[in-house]
Amino acid sequence: MSSFSVTEPSDRSKWFAGTLVIVYALITMMPLAWIMLTGFKSPSDAISYPPKVVFEPTLEGYVNLFTTRTRQTEEYLEANPPETWYEEIVREYDMVIAGPSKFGERFMNSVIIGFGSTFLSIVLGTLAAYAFSRFKIPLADDLLFFILSTRMMPPIAVAIPIFLMYRTLGLSDTHLGMILLYTAVNISLAVWLLKGFIDEIPREYEEAALIDGYTRFQAFYKVVLPQAATGIASTAIFCLIFAWNEYAFAVLLTSGTAQTAPPFIPTIIGVGGLDWPAVAAGATIFLLPVMVFTILLRKHLLRGITFGAVRK
Amino acid sequence: MSDTPVDRAATATPPRVARKIKGLSDRAIAWIFVGPTIFLLLAINIFPLIWTIKLSFTNFKANRIGREVKNIGFRNYERILTDSDIWLNMQATAHFLFWTIFFQVLIGFTLAYLINKKFKGNDLWTTIIVLPMMLSPAVVGNFWKFLYQPQIGLFNYVVAFFTGKDPSSFEMLGSVQLAPWSIVIVDTWMWTPFVMLICLAGLRSIPDYIYEAAEVDRASKLRQFFTITIPMVLPFLMLAVLFRGIENFKMFDLVVQLTGGGPGSTTELTSINLKREAFEKWRTGYASAYAIILFVTVFGLASIYVKALNKVKER
Repeated sequence: MSSFSVTEPSDRSKWFAGTLVIVYALITMMPLAWIMLTGFKSPSDAISYPPKVVFEPTLEGYVNLFTTRTRQTEEYLEANPPETWYEEIVREYDMVIAGPSKFGERFMNSVIIGFGSTFLSIVLGTLAAYAFSRFKIPLADDLLFFILSTRMMPPIAVAIPIFLMYRTLGLSDTHLGMILLYTAVNISLAVWLLKGFIDEIPREYEEAALIDGYTRFQAFYKVVLPQAATGIASTAIFCLIFAWNEYAFAVLLTSGTAQTAPPFIPTIIGVGGLDWPAVAAGATIFLLPVMVFTILLRKHLLRGITFGAVRK
Repeated sequence: MSDTPVDRAATATPPRVARKIKGLSDRAIAWIFVGPTIFLLLAINIFPLIWTIKLSFTNFKANRIGREVKNIGFRNYERILTDSDIWLNMQATAHFLFWTIFFQVLIGFTLAYLINKKFKGNDLWTTIIVLPMMLSPAVVGNFWKFLYQPQIGLFNYVVAFFTGKDPSSFEMLGSVQLAPWSIVIVDTWMWTPFVMLICLAGLRSIPDYIYEAAEVDRASKLRQFFTITIPMVLPFLMLAVLFRGIENFKMFDLVVQLTGGGPGSTTELTSINLKREAFEKWRTGYASAYAIILFVTVFGLASIYVKALNKVKER
C-alpha cells in the first residue's frame, strides 16, 4: 500500500503481531494434535516415556473403540484364523472380537438428540423471535429478560426437579426427554440471536407481500424465512454444538438407551486400566465434526458468538 | 371534529394496518408464535424452579419414595450457611473464578489487540485459536487428564523440558497445591478465545477517525492506547467477564472429568458439591436449598455487575 494512513499498522508491527499469534495458535493446538496422534498409537506407545512423536501408526485404538473383545484359548485361535484386518489386530493380544461396543449407539444418540433438539429450538425460536420482532407483545422486555435469565441457573440445580419430574412422566433416559430438555436450554439463546437477525430484515418486504394479498403466515414463510436463512443457519449451529457437547444433564438423566457420547467416552476401559488410544480415538471421532464445522463456517460462527454476546 | 367515514377509518387504524389482512389477527398470530416457547420454558425451567423452592423447605429424599416428607422450614438453609465445608467449596470456586477470569482477560485482550493489527491470514489463525471453546468440556477434561499424567503426560513432559525438573516429580491432579491450578490452566486454554472474540469486536467498533484526530493532536501511541483503546473496549471486556463469570460459577463438566473434585475436596467447586449432595447422598431437600442459594448468589452478583456495566457504558 502506497498511501500513508495513521491507523494502518506498520509492516514491522504486523509481522511481530502475526508471529506472536501464530505461536499462541500452535501452542493451543498441541493438546488437540496430541489426542489425535494418540488415537493411532498402540497402548504401549501411548504411555511410553519420553512421549513418542514418531511411532508406528495402528488402528488398534479405533478397533478397540468399536468392539468388545474376549480372550481365547490357543486351540481356538489356531482353529479359527482371522478373516478381517481388524480381527488380525486383535489377535496380537490372543483375543477375538465378541461384538460391537456401545460407542456406535451412543454416538447415534448424540446425533438424534442433537439434531432433534436443534430442529425444535429453531422452529419454536424462529416463531417466537418473529413475534417479538414484529408484533406488540405486552411485557415483551420482561418476557425476553425472563427467557434469558433461565440460562443463569446451574444445570445441577435444574436437574433435581427435572429428574423427579421425568421419573414421574416416564421421560428419564428417553430421546424425547433429552430433546425437550436441550430445547428448553437452547431456546433462550435461539430467540435472542434470531430476534436480532429478523430485526435486520426491513418490514417493508412483508408489508408489500401483505398488500399483494398474502396472509401473515404466507408473508412469514415466503418472505421473512428466506431472508433470515443465514441467521437461522448460524443459530442452528450454536444449538447443535451445545446439545452435542452437553454433559451434566446427560450424565444425570440418562444411563442406557438415551445416553449420549460425552458421558460415555470417559468410561471406555481397556485391559488393565484406561485404554488411552481407544479414549483418544473416541474423543477424536466426537470432536472432529465440530472442528471441521467451525473451520468451514467460521464467518457465520464467529459473528454469531460476538453478536449474541454483545446484543445482550 | 370531522365525522366522515373516511376520517374515522383513518384515525381508528394506524396506516400500516389499514389494509386488508386475511386470516388470523396479528394478536392471535403473536400468541400462537410465542406460546410454545413460553410453555416449554414454563414446563422445563420455571415449574422445576418453583418445585425446587418447595422442596428446599422439606427433608425429602428422592431415593426413598415411601418415606413421609416433613416440612422443616428454614432448617436446610441454616445448615448450609453455617456449614464450614461449604465455605471451603465457595473458596475453591472463588479461586477458580478469579484466576480463570484474570488470565483469560489478560491473554484474550492481548491476542485480540495483536489480531487487530490485521496481519496476513489473521482470520485463519483466529479460527484455529477458537477451536478449543467449541469442544465438549467433559471430553476435554477427560483428555487433559491424560496430558497431566505424571510420568507419561505431554504437559508434564513439556514443563519438565523447560524447567529441568523430573516429569514424574509433580502431579498436577494429585497434589493439593497444584490441582486448583490444573483446572485454571485447562479452563483458560479452553475459554480465552471467547474473551478474545468479544474484545476483537470491541476493538473493531472503534472508528478510525478517533485515532486520526489523536494523531493530529500529537498524542503518543501509548497515550492513545490508554485514553482511546482501553476505555472503548472496556464495556465489551466487562461483558465478556460477565459471561465467563456466570459460566464458571456453574462450572461442572470440565472439572468433574478432570479432577472429580479431588484430591480431597480441593477442587470441589459448588456445582460438584451440589451434585454430590443431590445425586450421591440423595439429600434432595438439602440440595434444593443449596441450589436456591447458589441461584440467588449468581443472580444477585450478576445484577450488581450489570448495573456497574451500564454505568461504564453511559460514560
